[in-house]
Amino acid sequence: MQNKFMEHVESACLKEKVPSFEIGDTVDVHVRILEGEKERIQIFNGVVIARSGSSTREMFVVRRIVQGEGVERKFPLQSPRIADIVVKRSGKVRRAKLYFLRDRTGKAVRLKERAPAKLTAAQAQAVKQEKREIRKTNKKAKADAKVARAAAAADSKANSAESDS
Amino acid sequence: MQVGLLGRKVGMTQIYKEDGTVLTVTVLECGPCTVLQVRSPEVDGYSALQLGFADKRRKSATQPERGHAKKAGSEPKRYVREIRQDKPVEGVGAGETLTVEVFNGISCVDVTGTSKGRGFAGVMKRHGFGGLRATHGVKRMHRHPGSSGPSADPSRTRKGIKKPGHYGNERVTVRNLDVVKIDAAQNLILVRGAVPGPNGGYLTIRQTNKV
Repeated sequence: MQNKFMEHVESACLKEKVPSFEIGDTVDVHVRILEGEKERIQIFNGVVIARSGSSTREMFVVRRIVQGEGVERKFPLQSPRIADIVVKRSGKVRRAKLYFLRDRTGKAVRLKERAPAKLTAAQAQAVKQEKREIRKTNKKAKADAKVARAAAAADSKANSAESDS
Repeated sequence: MQVGLLGRKVGMTQIYKEDGTVLTVTVLECGPCTVLQVRSPEVDGYSALQLGFADKRRKSATQPERGHAKKAGSEPKRYVREIRQDKPVEGVGAGETLTVEVFNGISCVDVTGTSKGRGFAGVMKRHGFGGLRATHGVKRMHRHPGSSGPSADPSRTRKGIKKPGHYGNERVTVRNLDVVKIDAAQNLILVRGAVPGPNGGYLTIRQTNKV
């Protein structure tokens, strides 16, 4: 393992949460693009064919076919320009580097779909709990907004009544 | 006061700025250093701060080293260097400890160290020569320097011609490196770019004198 000072420096600029994805997954990579002052998000969709490096240097390669031509983009995983990585489909693969896809065209490029990994009971419980929390907060926000709206409406009504009299 | 400290190279890495650009940085463990002696124009003829970094075992320190450290009330140090000053030093005395915080507000530094030794190296490695061609009749001369000068006149090799020889393991200073970050809690300083020597090598880091 690396020096503890090095680890300290690198851990300071790692992302808090890196989306989990695996080799063979079809992903949407959300890339932040600065156009002058404005920032917009561009999505690059394709199959993850390789991951390399570690820590701040970790990179991944996404391959897609555009108009019959293979296009590969290599992204730094920890870069702040990578806004999000969304897994669309998981492919069943048996190796870490899918460079064999480069030699294939047409239907041969397809990968068999992999059933999502089974969660353990505890993990499932956690996911469920998280979803429940989100639903709860959403509901609460909605209710609060409703109350606020009602109050505002009542206020304006009272004001208008006063001005009438 | 010319600010300077002693330290050690930890290694190189890359970090991201907020806008996503990558900075190639070297991590330096910098201080804390003990001031072993203050050189003054009256006594020594020049001004400087003598610093010491990293304790040495008393057993392996010589008697003079031990005595010298004792004057400043510290342990013998493994790496002792002086930071030359323009004016006589004020406000810092022997025995005081300087930490990486002295670099607060300083944007550029010079780093001095001993470069990696490469032994007896050829001209391609040592001087960046291009070597000879790989084909077209070149015979076992691919990394050779080629000609070293004219022939009958002056019938000697001119002085200063670049030749193979010992390369590395010498004092090298890299000037004007940007300070990216100072971490006072861990005694770290991050500078942009490379510094001489291997990881773990001792370094002198001082405020840049490049204008």
